[in-house]
Amino acid sequence: MEAKATKTKVRNKIRKESPGERVFDVFNVIFLLALSICMIYPLWHVICASFSNPMRIARTAAPIIFPMNADGGLGFTVAAYKQMWTHPLIIPAYINSIGIVVVGTTLNIIMTSLCAYVLSRQNVMLKKPFTLFVMFTMFFSGGMIPTYIVNTQIFHLDDSYLALILPGAISVYNMIIMRTNFESIPVSLDEAARLDGAGHMRILFQIVLPLSKAIIAVMILYYAVGHWNSWFQASLYIRTPEKKPLQLLLREILIQNDTSAMSSSTSGTAAGQADQAEIGETLKYATIIFATVPILIVYPFLQKHFTKGVMVGAVKG
Amino acid sequence: MNTKKTFGQRLGRDMKMNWSLYMLMIPVVVYFIMFCYMPMYGIVMAFQDYSIFKGFSGSEWVGFEHFIKFFQSPRFGELLLNTIRISAACLAFGFPAPVVLALLLNEIKSAKLGKVIQNCTYIPHFISLVVACSIIKIFTAETGVIGSFYNMITGSEAGNMLNNKNNFLPIYVISNIWQECGWGSIIYLAALSGIDQSLYEAAEVDGAGKWRKVISITLPSILPTVIIMLIMRMGQILSVGYEKILLLGNDATSEVSDVLSVYNYEVGIKQSRYSYSSAIGLFNTLVNLLFVQAANWISRKVNGYALW
Repeated sequence: MEAKATKTKVRNKIRKESPGERVFDVFNVIFLLALSICMIYPLWHVICASFSNPMRIARTAAPIIFPMNADGGLGFTVAAYKQMWTHPLIIPAYINSIGIVVVGTTLNIIMTSLCAYVLSRQNVMLKKPFTLFVMFTMFFSGGMIPTYIVNTQIFHLDDSYLALILPGAISVYNMIIMRTNFESIPVSLDEAARLDGAGHMRILFQIVLPLSKAIIAVMILYYAVGHWNSWFQASLYIRTPEKKPLQLLLREILIQNDTSAMSSSTSGTAAGQADQAEIGETLKYATIIFATVPILIVYPFLQKHFTKGVMVGAVKG
Repeated sequence: MNTKKTFGQRLGRDMKMNWSLYMLMIPVVVYFIMFCYMPMYGIVMAFQDYSIFKGFSGSEWVGFEHFIKFFQSPRFGELLLNTIRISAACLAFGFPAPVVLALLLNEIKSAKLGKVIQNCTYIPHFISLVVACSIIKIFTAETGVIGSFYNMITGSEAGNMLNNKNNFLPIYVISNIWQECGWGSIIYLAALSGIDQSLYEAAEVDGAGKWRKVISITLPSILPTVIIMLIMRMGQILSVGYEKILLLGNDATSEVSDVLSVYNYEVGIKQSRYSYSSAIGLFNTLVNLLFVQAANWISRKVNGYALW
């Protein structure tokens, strides 16, 4: 920080900025700020709408800047969230998703670090063929249908969470990031441990992994966000409604417009149906926030780490 | 090292010395065989009339029948064209966006402000596709912020913007930029931060202005990264993902939104024509592989740098 500040001072001494450049700087800042607002506005709109009066939202097409009451003034209601709570599947789906994230990510980390460790060792015969064996899967795969058939007909993973956890246990791309990191650990540490009679198991768990906490944090984030956000695999394999993860249920509620499972005291009459349609809209907003809250909570704390993986990948790639 | 030993002897010695490493390798090998190589073996069904009752070994072999049928069907050209159209539009607009964003961010003097802006642009990347697509649908609906504005300007009475197939491509591309542009800029920002600051100082001593510095130092410095990314992106020209299109598309847009991978899904999963869709999938995979290899080869020729 300090170095940068002095650098700027030196720069300013050498040459004064021309008026054109200053105008550019001002416009650049304004443009980028406007762009950032555009980027996060959709989410803000949804947050405000979810706390607004449903009838009001249904009648407003203008951008929403704050939660509104029935008259369009500032108002705050959790009606949509209460309504969402009555959906019989939403809590189970939430719990299912959390379970998949926890178990799936644990498996991901174990398998990925095993693979990365083996590929990061020097002086091992079979390293070349093994690397080829792993890398090949990055460029060629069975494709959607053969994979589906093999998983359901041979491994019988139909309607099982294993179908969501096992097939993607190692992402080769993430594995390469991890391997690069493992390779940067000084070989001398490794050699010293070997002289002391430590096996590879001990080196991995007591030397390599503790020294790679930062990259493991990044990997946990990547995999966990991946599991939390995934819906397609579940749509292929999960049949039982109670077993559905959150994103799959969300697709039904949000994309296929199926809010019928949520109870409504006013249904029956024509006016009641119109009411329900309006509440249905706000419900969508509430479910979006409900599903995105974990990421929004985690994000500020971890944003520093999120980019790290890309950087490591960039150094390599 | 005794070079006279046979390969088997050397391997045996290595296995004895590193037995614990080979133990660690076992689960990894098992995983790849089960979930990567078994599905590859499953591709044989593209050359069979696969029936789930007969299995891979019992199903009848039909050779290239499914491929020929697909190439001769009127859908083939249509799907190929749609895939290339969507991919090319994403390339033309989606590719430059993160480069420009990174360059603009690089010109921000205050490090703190730059960080804040960066973080705002990353957020959409972490929103799930289901949620992102539903936000897009809400915004482009008849009563949505963008949809109502659009209807007012164009006088369209079609209702939701996505009821009109001509709107699909712009919505797809712009929302892609919304979600991925910030995240994609990281790699260019990394390249920009790697530029030697003394170059700029030297240029300033010589009286270079901002434009001069950008043109003579910044652009040439990140050009290799841009070219690598561009070539790799070209390699994926026929791999348009199905998830977003399945979420965003509808009957009205299918004429333009049906791409190879979506059709593969429709035929395979919805209509259970397993062998036919496997053939389509294999065709798509092979073409992608070919393009990626070609891109890598070009990268090596142009940059002297290849990914493998």
